[in-house]
Amino acid sequence: MAYSEKVIEHYNNPRNVGSFAKDEANVGTGVVGAPECGDVMKLQLKISDAGVIEDARFKTFGCGSAIASSSYVTELVKGKHIDEAMTIKNTVIVKELNLPPVKIHCSVLAEDAIKAAITDWRKKKGEPVAAPDKAREA
Amino acid sequence: MLKTPVYMDNHATTRVDSRVLDAMLPYFTEKFGNAASRNHSFGWEAEEAVDRGRNQIASLIGAKSKEIIFTSGATESDNLAIKGVVEFYKEKGNHIITCVTEHKAVLDSCRALERAGKATVTYLPVDKYGMVDPDAVRNAITDKTVLITIMWANNEIGTIHPIAEIGRIAKEKGVIFHCDAVQAIGKVPVDLEKAGVDLASITAHKIYGPKGIGAIYVRSKGPRVRLTPTMDGGGHERGMRSGTLNVPGIVGLGAACELAGKEMPVESERLLQLRTKLQAGIFERLDEVYVNGHPTERLPGNLNVSFAYVEGESLLMGINDIAVSSGSACTSATLEPSYVIRALGINEELAHSSIRFGLGRFNTEEEVDYVTDRVSKEVKRLRDMSPLYEMAKEGIDLKSVNWKQ
Repeated sequence: MAYSEKVIEHYNNPRNVGSFAKDEANVGTGVVGAPECGDVMKLQLKISDAGVIEDARFKTFGCGSAIASSSYVTELVKGKHIDEAMTIKNTVIVKELNLPPVKIHCSVLAEDAIKAAITDWRKKKGEPVAAPDKAREA
Repeated sequence: MLKTPVYMDNHATTRVDSRVLDAMLPYFTEKFGNAASRNHSFGWEAEEAVDRGRNQIASLIGAKSKEIIFTSGATESDNLAIKGVVEFYKEKGNHIITCVTEHKAVLDSCRALERAGKATVTYLPVDKYGMVDPDAVRNAITDKTVLITIMWANNEIGTIHPIAEIGRIAKEKGVIFHCDAVQAIGKVPVDLEKAGVDLASITAHKIYGPKGIGAIYVRSKGPRVRLTPTMDGGGHERGMRSGTLNVPGIVGLGAACELAGKEMPVESERLLQLRTKLQAGIFERLDEVYVNGHPTERLPGNLNVSFAYVEGESLLMGINDIAVSSGSACTSATLEPSYVIRALGINEELAHSSIRFGLGRFNTEEEVDYVTDRVSKEVKRLRDMSPLYEMAKEGIDLKSVNWKQ
C-alpha cells in the first residue's frame, strides 16, 4: 500500500510533537485509542480564557496515517475557537491527507482527540460539558 | 558500497540464485520438451531433467526420489496433503490435529474441511516460544485421528518444532504425519525418514529458486501413504498430481536444493552470526525490545522482535529503504495483528510492535550494520513521539489505564 505524499511529509516532519504539563489550568489533554488496537493519540491544547486554541502538541502511537492525522490536526486547530474546533469532522482530515478507506479510523481518532482535549479543558474550567460524541467509533 | 533498498525479508521470498537461473534457462528454449512425451528426444531430455531434479530434492531431505511429487508450490502441497489424506482415509476417521501458528494454507485447508463437514480439527496451542508440546499432540489423538499436521519451522518467528518427537508419536499411534517444511528445508538439516514424517510440503522460492514450483513428499514405505488427488487429469506424478510438469521450475527447484545442501554447513553458521550481530546491536542501543520465538530452537536467519511503544507499520514506514515485515495490524487487510505473535500470549500492544527480519544468502555484514543503525534511530524517533513511551517513563502501568476506545 502506498502512502499519500502528505502522509509521508507529516510522518517525516511531524508538527508540534511533544507535551505540555498536564496539570496546567489552560491545558486540555485528550488521550484516545488503545494500545491493543494499535493506535493511541494524545492531543494537548493550550486554550485561552476566551476559548481560543493558542497552541497544540501531540504524541501518537500508531501507523503513519495516525501520526500524520494527529500532526495535521495540531496545525488545523491552532487559532480556532473551541466552538469551531468542536465541529471539525474527520472527513476534513481524510481529504487533506488522502487517507484510503482502511485508514479512516485514524482520522476518526484524531477528531475524537480534539473533542476529548477540549472537554478536558472545559472540565478544568468548571464549564458544562456536552455529552461526548459517541456516534462514531474507530 | 551498500546498495539500498536492503532486502531482509527472506521468509517471504528469496532472490533466485544466478546458478539456479543458469541451470533453468536452457529448459525454456532449446530443451523445451514435455516430460510426458515418451517417443522423442525432446521428451526424453525433459524427463531426464525431471529425474535429476527429483534426485536432488530427495537427497536434501532424506527421501527416495519416487517419493517426490511436483506441485505448484507449498500452498498446493498443503492442500493436497490435508484434503487428500482426509478424503482417502475417510472410512478410517475424520479427525485432524494441527496447531494455531500454522501457515494459512494449512489452517484454511483444515477449516474448509470442517465447514464441509468432512473433518473435525484440534488446534493445539503453543508455548510462549511458539513451540507445540509433543505430549499435547499425543493427548489429542483419538481413534478417529487420521492426520497430524505440524510445520517444521514457523515462517514468522522461526521457532523449530520438536518434529522427530511428534513423528515418533505419530508412528506409535499409526497416524499420518504431514509437515509443512517450507521454511526449514535448505536452512536446517531435514531428514524426513529419520523424523518420521509421512508427508512434507516444499517450495522453491524460499530457497533461492523460482516461484510457482514446489513439491510434496509422500512416504512410500512404513507406511505407504495414499492420497486422493485434488485435480483430475492425465494422471501425472503417479496419479497424485495431474498436469504437465513445469520442467524449468523443477530444474530450478532441484538446483536450489543441491546448492542449499552443499552450502548449509557454512551458510547456516554465517547466518547465525549475522543474526546474533543484528540482535546484539539492536539490544545494545535500545531498551524494551523483546524477541518473539524460541531463543535457540529457531531458524538461523530469523529474528523477530517487538519494539515496545512503537507501532510496527509506522516503523516500517520510517525504514522504507529496508524490506522487512511486521506483525502489525495495519500491514494486513484484516486490521488484526499477527495471529502467530498473539498465540505466544504476549500483550496485544507488543503484537502491534513486532518486526520480522529474515536474513538470507545475499545479506552482508555491512547490511546488518546499516539495518541496526537505521532501525535503532527510527525506534528512538518514534518513541519520542509515542504517548505510551512517555507514560511508561512516568511510571504509569499501561495495563492499569482505562483506555477510551
